[in-house]
Amino acid sequence: MKSKTYKDFSLKVRKSILKIANSSQCSHIGSNLSIVDILTILYIKFLKNKKNYFILSKGHACLALYCVLKEMRFITEKTLNSFGKNDSILMSHASHKVPGIELSTGSLGHGLPVATGVALADKINKIKKKTFVLLSDGELDEGSNWESLLFSSHHKLNNLVIIIDYNKLQSIDFVKNTLNLEPLKQKFQSFGCKVVSVDGHNFKQLEKVLSSSSTKPLVIIANTIKGKGVSFMENSVLWHYKSLNSEDYQKAMKIIK
Amino acid sequence: MRAIFIDQLVKAATKNKKIVLIVGDLGYGIVEPFKKKFPDRFFNAGVAEQSMAGLAAGLALKGFHVFIYSIANFPTFRCAEQIRNDIDYHNLSVTIVSVGSGLGYGNLGYSHHAIQDYALLRSFPNMIIASPSNNQEVEGTMNYLLKNPQPSYLRLDKSLELDCSKKIPSINPGKWIFYKRNKSKSKNLIISTGSVFTNCKRLSLKNKNYDWVTLPIWGMKFKNQQIKNLKKYKKVITVENHLQDGGFGSWLSETLTQKQNNIQTKIVSKFLDKNVIGKVGSEKYLNSRYGLK
Repeated sequence: MKSKTYKDFSLKVRKSILKIANSSQCSHIGSNLSIVDILTILYIKFLKNKKNYFILSKGHACLALYCVLKEMRFITEKTLNSFGKNDSILMSHASHKVPGIELSTGSLGHGLPVATGVALADKINKIKKKTFVLLSDGELDEGSNWESLLFSSHHKLNNLVIIIDYNKLQSIDFVKNTLNLEPLKQKFQSFGCKVVSVDGHNFKQLEKVLSSSSTKPLVIIANTIKGKGVSFMENSVLWHYKSLNSEDYQKAMKIIK
Repeated sequence: MRAIFIDQLVKAATKNKKIVLIVGDLGYGIVEPFKKKFPDRFFNAGVAEQSMAGLAAGLALKGFHVFIYSIANFPTFRCAEQIRNDIDYHNLSVTIVSVGSGLGYGNLGYSHHAIQDYALLRSFPNMIIASPSNNQEVEGTMNYLLKNPQPSYLRLDKSLELDCSKKIPSINPGKWIFYKRNKSKSKNLIISTGSVFTNCKRLSLKNKNYDWVTLPIWGMKFKNQQIKNLKKYKKVITVENHLQDGGFGSWLSETLTQKQNNIQTKIVSKFLDKNVIGKVGSEKYLNSRYGLK
C-alpha cells in the first residue's frame, strides 16, 4: 500500500477526531491524535476481514478508533456524531457494544492480559492469526502488564504483538518525571520479548515491523508525538485534558496535517 | 469437595474440548488429573491473579469455558477489577473457583479468610454465585455450571467431605433444596448457602418446627424469584460463613425490602462476627467462637 493512501486516511481521521471532539467537548485529544497513524495501518493492512485481532488497551483514546471504524464502515456517521451524548453506544472509553470492538477498556492494564488470552486461544486452536494490542506508555505503570509479559514469553506467544504508544507524556506530567520507564527496550528484552523501536508516525517503518515474524512475543515501541498533527497541541500535557473552544477548533482545522 | 470438582471437570473436558483450567500456582495434589489428561488445556498462570483473570477473559472471548482456580481471596479480591470489567461486563464464560471458603484456612490468618467474597461477587450483575454445602451439591452445581457457561463463582470448602444424600440434586439458580420439610406447613425456615451444612443441621435439630433449605446458586439476577417462597414463612433464619455486610442474609433481606407491601416475613441472620478478623484457630473453633455455633 502506498504511503499516500495511508496519509490521506489518517488526515481524514484526524479531522474527524477534531470535529467530534469539538462537538462533544471531550478531552484526551492529544492521546487520540497520537495513535491515528498506528490505527490507520492496522485497519487498512492488518485487520480487514477479521484477518487478525485487535484490542485498544488505552481505552481513553477511543475517539480515534471510532473515527477509524466510521471510515471502515463499521459504524455510520450518525452514530459517530452521537459520541458521548445521552444513551449513545459511543461512550468516551472503548466499548464492546460498538461494532468492530471486541473489548471494552478504560481502566488501564486490562488489554494486554486479555490479548494474551486471545493469543493463547489461537495457539490452542492452531489458528494462525495475530493479536495486536495497543498500550499507552503511562499504562505500563500497571503491574498486570508485567504479569502478562511473564506468561506470554514463557509460553512463546509469537502471535502476540504489543504496540506501545510511546509519546512520553502521561496523565499529568512527562513519563520521565512520573515513573521513568527507561531503559524501556531492555526491560521488554529482559522479559523475553523481541523488541523493535520505530517512528510511530512512519507508515513504512510501521508496515515493515507489523509484517515481521518472531519466535517470541513482539513488542513494538512506537515513538509518537502526543497531539500529532496539530502543532499547538503537540507534546503538551494540557491537551490530555482540555476540550476545544471554537477558536482552538478553527485554528486546529486550518493547520492540521 | 475439591476432588469432586476436579473429577467432574476432567469428565466434562473429555467431551468438551473448549474447557480450559488455569491455576494460580495452587492446587497441588488436586489438579494433577486434569493436567495429566489435558496438558494443552492446563496452564499455571503463576502467582499473578490479574494476569490469570485477564487470560481467562481472552480465552473466553474465543469461545472457551475457562475455570480459574486458586484459594481464598486471591482469585477474587486480588483481581476484582478484571472480574468486573473483563469477565462480568462482557458476560464471558469464566468460572472462578475459590477454595477455602469462610474460615477454611483458619490458622493461616486474615489474608486467607474468605469472609467478604460474597459481598464482592454479588455486586456484579451477570455473576452467579455457586456455594454448595455438601458433596452432592458440588456435583449438582457443577452439572449446572458445565451446561451453562457464564460468569460464575464456585466457592468450595477446603476440606469438607460431607455426603448428605444418595441422589445428586438438580440445581438451578435461585432454587431451594429442601433438607427438612415439616408435615404441617411450617411458618419457620432455616436457609443457608455455602459450607455451613453441619451448623444448620444442629440448628434444625434444635428448632424442630422449622423447615430447612439451602440455596446453592444465587446472585443479583435471582433476587426477585425469592419472594414467592419467602412470603410463605413468618420467621426465616439465614446462615452463612461470611460477614454480615454484603453477605447472603443481607442479600435475602434486600429481596424483601424491594417489595415490602404485605410481606410479614422477618429475617434473622447468623453470620461471622467481624471480631473474627485477625484471630487464628481451627475453622470449627473460630466458627463457634465468632457467631456460628
